[in-house]
Amino acid sequence: MATLEKTFALHVPSSTENLSMIRDFVAKIGAMAGLDEREVMKLELAVDEACANVIEHAYGMDHSKEVKVKALLDADKIQIEIVDTGNAFDPGGVRQLNLEELVAQRKNGGLGLRLIKSIMDDVHYQIVPGEKNELRMIKRLKPRAKDPA
Amino acid sequence: MPNAFTVERTEQNGVVILALDGYLDAHTAPQFEKAIQDEHTAGRNQIIVDCQKLTYISSAGLGVFMSFIEEIRAAGGDIKLAGIVPKVYQVFEVLGFPALFDIVDNVPTALTHFADGIRPPE
Repeated sequence: MATLEKTFALHVPSSTENLSMIRDFVAKIGAMAGLDEREVMKLELAVDEACANVIEHAYGMDHSKEVKVKALLDADKIQIEIVDTGNAFDPGGVRQLNLEELVAQRKNGGLGLRLIKSIMDDVHYQIVPGEKNELRMIKRLKPRAKDPA
Repeated sequence: MPNAFTVERTEQNGVVILALDGYLDAHTAPQFEKAIQDEHTAGRNQIIVDCQKLTYISSAGLGVFMSFIEEIRAAGGDIKLAGIVPKVYQVFEVLGFPALFDIVDNVPTALTHFADGIRPPE
């Protein structure tokens, strides 16, 4: 059976106000992929965290910038790409502190990244200097029961 | 309102109850932060956060709990979380919050914990 790949895109101004719109967009993709309510929320959370990072850190709350979210859905996976043209930030370079250390330092940095990594099956960050930063995340789908022939 | 979030404040037996309703994310977390800060500044450090109507939380919201807990405990108080629905609880769980925070089923239990001086292990 040929697998149809579907692509969806959402571009929003870089403002935390638009995080809810991004979550709604992702929730619809998750539902379309057959995820249950808890899985949909986790997918929303991973994308919310990634976009909040772009809005706050890459773009420094500059509302004139644009956050681009692209979702690609096929039978095996949901792939989300988040593209920005702001300050590059390599999540791989962040040391993961444990919760006690973060509390002791009154920090919450790194929590979002930890959530993303615990939710998504594959997280890849690519910096194209002077052009763009792209975070690609993949959630693999559990095989669904085959339709009766 | 897609970003709807409210904090409703009540007080019972000297314990402040902050009832959260809606979506706690990077956009709405400053509102929650202010609510906790106001109580702490006023010297009211026995706080229950009622999460029954909290439908979503991201790291920005979790960060508010984390940034205040030490100071509030140092002042002899605590932040107890009550009534978190399973969908939201999974987020607290992923980050190990149950080991650090007193998380209970409902507000009356949280009030009893305050009355009995119960805290999670340090």
